[in-house]
Amino acid sequence: MTAETETAAPTAEFGRARLRKEDERLITGQTNWTDNITLPGMLHVAFLRSPYAHARITSVNVGAARGEPGVIAAYSGADFAAEQGSLPCAWPVTPDIVIPAHPPMAVDEVRYAGEAVACVVARDRYAAADALAAIEIDYEPLPPVLDIRTALQEDSPKVHEAGNRSFEWPFANGDVEAAFRDAPVVIERQYRQQRLIPAAMEPRSVVCSCVGGEFTLWSATQIPHVLRVMLALVTGIPEQNLRVIAPDVGGGFGSKLQVTAEEVLSVLIARKLGRPVKWTETRSEGNMTVHHGRDQWQRIKIAADRDGRIRGLDVDLLADMGAYLMLVTPGIPLLGAFMYPAIYKMDAYSFKCTGVFSTKMPTDAYRGAGRPEATFAIERIMDALAAELGLDPLEVRERNWIKHEEFPYTTVAGLTYDSGNYEAATAKAKDLFDYDGLRAEQQRRRADNDPVQLGIGVSTFTEMCGLAPSRVLGSLAYGAGGWEQASIRMLPTGKVEVVTGSSAHGQGHETAWSQIVADQLGVPFEDIRVLHGDTQVSPKGMDTYGSRSLAVGGMALVSACDKVVEKARVIAAATLEASADDLEWVPGRFEVRGDPDKRVTIAEIALAAFAAHNLPDGVEPTIDAEATYDPDNFSFPHGTHLCAAEVDTETGFVTIRSYVCVDDIGTVVNPQIVEGQVHGGLAQGIAQALYEEAVYDDDGNLVTSTLADYLVPSAADLPSYVTGRTESRAANRLGVKGVGEAGAIASTPAVVNAVVDALRPYGIDDVTMPCTPERVWRAIQTAQGKQSGSAAERHAARQSDQTQGNSPQGRDGGEA
Amino acid sequence: MAEVTVSVDGVKYSDHVEPRLLLVHYLREVVGKTGTPVGCDTSNCGACTVLLNGESVKSCAVLAVQADGAEVTTIEGLAKDAGLHPLQQAFHEEHALQCGYCTPGMIMAASDLLRENPHPSDEEIRAGLEGNLCRCTGYENIVRAVRRAAQAGVSA
Repeated sequence: MTAETETAAPTAEFGRARLRKEDERLITGQTNWTDNITLPGMLHVAFLRSPYAHARITSVNVGAARGEPGVIAAYSGADFAAEQGSLPCAWPVTPDIVIPAHPPMAVDEVRYAGEAVACVVARDRYAAADALAAIEIDYEPLPPVLDIRTALQEDSPKVHEAGNRSFEWPFANGDVEAAFRDAPVVIERQYRQQRLIPAAMEPRSVVCSCVGGEFTLWSATQIPHVLRVMLALVTGIPEQNLRVIAPDVGGGFGSKLQVTAEEVLSVLIARKLGRPVKWTETRSEGNMTVHHGRDQWQRIKIAADRDGRIRGLDVDLLADMGAYLMLVTPGIPLLGAFMYPAIYKMDAYSFKCTGVFSTKMPTDAYRGAGRPEATFAIERIMDALAAELGLDPLEVRERNWIKHEEFPYTTVAGLTYDSGNYEAATAKAKDLFDYDGLRAEQQRRRADNDPVQLGIGVSTFTEMCGLAPSRVLGSLAYGAGGWEQASIRMLPTGKVEVVTGSSAHGQGHETAWSQIVADQLGVPFEDIRVLHGDTQVSPKGMDTYGSRSLAVGGMALVSACDKVVEKARVIAAATLEASADDLEWVPGRFEVRGDPDKRVTIAEIALAAFAAHNLPDGVEPTIDAEATYDPDNFSFPHGTHLCAAEVDTETGFVTIRSYVCVDDIGTVVNPQIVEGQVHGGLAQGIAQALYEEAVYDDDGNLVTSTLADYLVPSAADLPSYVTGRTESRAANRLGVKGVGEAGAIASTPAVVNAVVDALRPYGIDDVTMPCTPERVWRAIQTAQGKQSGSAAERHAARQSDQTQGNSPQGRDGGEA
Repeated sequence: MAEVTVSVDGVKYSDHVEPRLLLVHYLREVVGKTGTPVGCDTSNCGACTVLLNGESVKSCAVLAVQADGAEVTTIEGLAKDAGLHPLQQAFHEEHALQCGYCTPGMIMAASDLLRENPHPSDEEIRAGLEGNLCRCTGYENIVRAVRRAAQAGVSA
């Protein structure tokens, strides 16, 4: 349900719940997914993948596969060695970072199960898959590296010759030692961010054609523009000969923010054979080889006064890079570095992240990318602080958060938050949630020893999005800028083409961008068409990720519209025989000030420019314009999320009874699209809290390789959500902040805080994610053993803690 | 090779196919009905759901030869007239799709759900769509859309 009530019927497009332009093709099966594309003479590629997490390849023979029916070619890594280059890492976070060579197809050594070692190109996908069995390949197994907590020890096997440490990135501000020295309260915790699989519903798919040295690559990607540049750099193909198209793309969540081995190899195979090729992954292939998310061990320490005021915060992260550094792998945990202080004031903060290699699939961006991890740790330890001090979790937060009158506020992490109102969001959320009523019920259940206990979880999150000011990215050694591009084409018939560098894959830009331009130019919503996702149609862009499209791409639209209006003003002045200074722009037309009957519409001006019969000397016959917008700052959505969870202490089963979120994402272009983004984010965050984990066995094989094993939740597993909004404008012209990741960032700690809150009377202060019935049940058994059990039970509990490697404070064990 | 004769969205097709060919690949690559996508090829996600003689099946878990003599309805043939089927309309109006990849299967599964239970509760809608995964919407608006279509009497 929606608690939001719109205060007034919007008179403009901005703020209106327009139904989406995208939907018609999507609900009728007319969608253009990459796997739907068929080109004349097109061949199909299948990859043979390593069954070992770590092994030397001693011999490969693809000869027999070449003789199989319908097979046109078969290749091993050696066939690509001279031309395949190394997959790019665009974020070398420190000067001495170790970035190992990452051949798209392994040549000598494999470093994760699923790495491509050979391929077959055949007439159809069945023939290609069949012929993989005829490839002869021998391996000499090497020891896997599966636990990054021991991977830095002297005697650990090495993933790469250079060792298992990729980088160490420190940050500090204020006197941390002083903040902790003599602090009345110091709490230290270790939290586990389990490894996740993004699992977009559309599997990855690539089609590549090569005609006369010109390549066209269709890919299920979030980043056609970045991909084009990177493909040119990796393969040496001149950039002007590469065209990348992202047709309809079925979800990304960061997983399609990548330059993949299969994309590069498809280009090389098309070039070798002079024929178009297609590769579409199976789901189990995707679970193994689409980059994973999260996978960190977080040690966090907080110092506070007895009244709950935070003195300082110290964070030490171990981040699992996997076997190689992919496009932005090492930068992901650092996006969290700035978010641990969250909405709270404090004197000092220090952070260190060590990036460690393992023989697992590389990690990279996944919805929230660094910020969910940071938000989880700070919001979990704020609850621990509240419990330690006997304060309500919201009370301890309020004593520390930045007051609404203190904005703009520069945090201890060095970010300047432009706007926010944590009081307002929290008050509204408490009201919608019936906070006091649920607390009273919780007390009753505790007093009654009810086998089903009630927990209330709080998350007062913020995040940084709208990536990003280019100079800030430069200072962080990121390999590109953070601007976005837009252009407006005024057609002779008065209709409008909007070209955007954003690359939507479910976000609804065709609708929202039409709404923004309709207001700016005063043209009907229906008269606007939004073009995107093809480097030949939209030649410049930085693409869609990091909740950046509206806060950066939307602002580029506004800048481009400004330029259209200024160009139109010159032609309008000539048409109306008035001075340009005497014209007033009323969206849709110019009027002569004081004589509003003398007017000319933007459509008439577009036609006049097209005809070009009576233009003043030196005036170009066009009012088209383009603009590139580089933001001054990040944007900082925030909100208060409250979760009530019932925990069955006999079975360990967790049921979310109610979930309320109030988000402040600035002004809103389309409330229906915004609500959908929030819902989807909540589902993914709840899934991390309760259901999902990528699990490798002791040999380094992925156990969760299907959607029967990796538990993406269904409708039956998730609650109904109550959503509300408060609004503080961001410091950009539209006042927008971004919403794509908010739900996924905020909800995970809210849910786990609720689970732990339910179990606190049992002496439990942590349950490792995902909080499955087994883990919750074991946590209860272990805690009860510790409280009242025999010496043998206490011993068993200690053993469990040690083997599971959890913190001294942790009561439940690590990985499944 | 085996011969199959299948009616797909009201048109009759006869083809020689490998006995192992999956129905979803037959629909997509032989008949050209690419409106039905493949999400997992292990019958977990439901993106490929179609109606086989009126009942929903995951077409990645059915062989083309098993559909011999059957009537298949895909998302492309759901609307009987030129316009949208009430479920398609409801999904549009309730914003029950974002990327849209699960949508064909979700709508086909929902149509079978409403055939069996024309007036489901929210819990029954959630349970009935348990076999269809969506990664974008968090399901809230899908439940709303199915409820809306039910209220409009879609099964009648």
